[in-house]
Amino acid sequence: MTQETYRIVVVSAGVSNPSSTSMLADRTAQRAVALARAHGHDVEISVVELRELLPELPQALSTQFMGPGFRRAIDLLAEADGVIAATPVYKAGASAAFSGFFQVLDNDLLIGKPAVLAATAGTSRHALVIDQEVRGMFAYLRALPVPTSLFAAPEDMNDPALGSRIDRAAQELVLLMESGFARAVRGETWDTYSHEFGSDAGREVTVDFSSAVMKLAAGGTLPSQTSRNRDKPTTPR
Amino acid sequence: MQFGIMSVSDITRDPVNDYTPSEAERIKNTLAIALKAEEVGLDVFAIGEHHNPPFFSSSPTTLLASIAAQTEHLTVTTSTTLITTNDPVRIAEEYALLQHLTHGRMDLMLGRGNTGPVYPWFGQDIRQGLPLALENYNLLHRLWREDVVDWEGNFRTPLQGFTSTPRPLDDVPPFVWHGSIRTPEIAEQAAYYGNGFFANHIFWPKEHTQRMVQFYRQRFEHYGHGAAKDAIVGLGGQTFIGKTSQEARDRFRPYFNESPVYGHGPSLEDFSTQTPLAVGSVQEVIDKTLTFREYVGDYQRQLFLIDHAGLPVEMVLEQLEFLGGEVVPVLRKETESRRDQAAPANPPSHADLVKAKYGDSEPRQPRPNANRGDNVTGASPYQDSEGTQAVYPTL
Repeated sequence: MTQETYRIVVVSAGVSNPSSTSMLADRTAQRAVALARAHGHDVEISVVELRELLPELPQALSTQFMGPGFRRAIDLLAEADGVIAATPVYKAGASAAFSGFFQVLDNDLLIGKPAVLAATAGTSRHALVIDQEVRGMFAYLRALPVPTSLFAAPEDMNDPALGSRIDRAAQELVLLMESGFARAVRGETWDTYSHEFGSDAGREVTVDFSSAVMKLAAGGTLPSQTSRNRDKPTTPR
Repeated sequence: MQFGIMSVSDITRDPVNDYTPSEAERIKNTLAIALKAEEVGLDVFAIGEHHNPPFFSSSPTTLLASIAAQTEHLTVTTSTTLITTNDPVRIAEEYALLQHLTHGRMDLMLGRGNTGPVYPWFGQDIRQGLPLALENYNLLHRLWREDVVDWEGNFRTPLQGFTSTPRPLDDVPPFVWHGSIRTPEIAEQAAYYGNGFFANHIFWPKEHTQRMVQFYRQRFEHYGHGAAKDAIVGLGGQTFIGKTSQEARDRFRPYFNESPVYGHGPSLEDFSTQTPLAVGSVQEVIDKTLTFREYVGDYQRQLFLIDHAGLPVEMVLEQLEFLGGEVVPVLRKETESRRDQAAPANPPSHADLVKAKYGDSEPRQPRPNANRGDNVTGASPYQDSEGTQAVYPTL
């Protein structure tokens, strides 16, 4: 295998300092670095602390207006080979800062990118938040969450079993990065996803001139009415 | 290059004195603003189209006809006319009549609007918004260029032998702009027909506008209307001018903070840094506006939004004094000196379009044949067309 430099972006929604969420994310990142190096690769880690982006979140949600912190985070994610995303659980759900951040990203930014999903909570009763809520959001973003999700309640923090799960998740992340899946997707199936003009951090500017609406834009007509109007709620006048 | 103002016709509470104008006051004030725009030497006044409170501009051509009747130089236009929920036949008729009444001192900008609920009010389906807009324009384009149209599409009843009246002034259709924020299909349609493209250029970082304009220019060239730099580009923008930058920010801030669209969001400073919003002294507004051409190329029309968010009419009129008296004269000089002389200086006027179609010959003046009662049987309804007289069946 050729030697590569992998870029991993750690996104953490922890708020206290030190934050158990950020510590969980950091432990995962450290293991991923160690494992990648053992495979002969280099790794660059970048960290996005969502706490620092909170002042920009309201405007991003209301007007898609991205402040400098969001722009930096988006640029980092655009270049990422892998993502480690960690959130505390509040009221039986992921932190609003965490959900809000991923909700305002464009839909193309994370396509095919491997991601370790991690959560911390005050009680183990929140253990499924990561798999039942966060995994679904990453599926929508067409990212590739690794099979092992990480969850840590207070009793897990010093439990060696958490360490072995971190190892496994980090290993899965490294293997998926090594597989080159995200790059292969970009090369081979990228055009088969639906994209918006200017998405993927502004890099997605290809236009399908053969689409029905593009032909209509160029003075053409739509294909037969009957097939197109099937799901129209009202009969055309 | 043309400079003007565009209004969305919002009737918004003034957050400083807690006063909400009546519809009657706002309509009267909008007329005063338009007349002032002419008085201070601006080129263009544009009005939006909305069909719900707190807006008044449901019928743009009525307002624009009144403005044109009271002015001599101002070009009246829209920002935008809804190409989705309006019947293209009505657009063809209303704007052709406006074109006659203004002696060609008008054009129009087509857009899809930003208010989802409008679609069902006019019997349309928002899920079909884009194909609806594209198909409607395809029809509008023909209605202004063919005396008699046979047409069938997906979104309105078919037309057989239909003639839109009056025919455009001098039989030259009004110039059309297509406005879009993020839809390449709209830019494609503008390019295909060689029409103008207008970028909102208010809420978005400049990269966004740059991408769409660049796409439009490439496609304009692709369709053989000229080089990319010949394409006709307009930009929106938003400004508030003060004697000093501090005064401008202090006076504008309460209106910015409670603006219906971006209020309670980004700070004035952040929004100014990252979007085209220009709030400051005369020189600051000039400097920022001059940067626009650096990322869209030489463009032909700049419209500023200056009368929204509850700004009282006195302040808007004062802004027009700044714009017309100090800002625009410098912008005219500076943009002209920087312009690539091969790029168009202005969007085409009616006179330009007449010249392009007829050269030095007299323009066509369509004269209808006698009324046959149904306006559709037989051949052309106009005397100068082939087969002028309808052949009636003998009984």
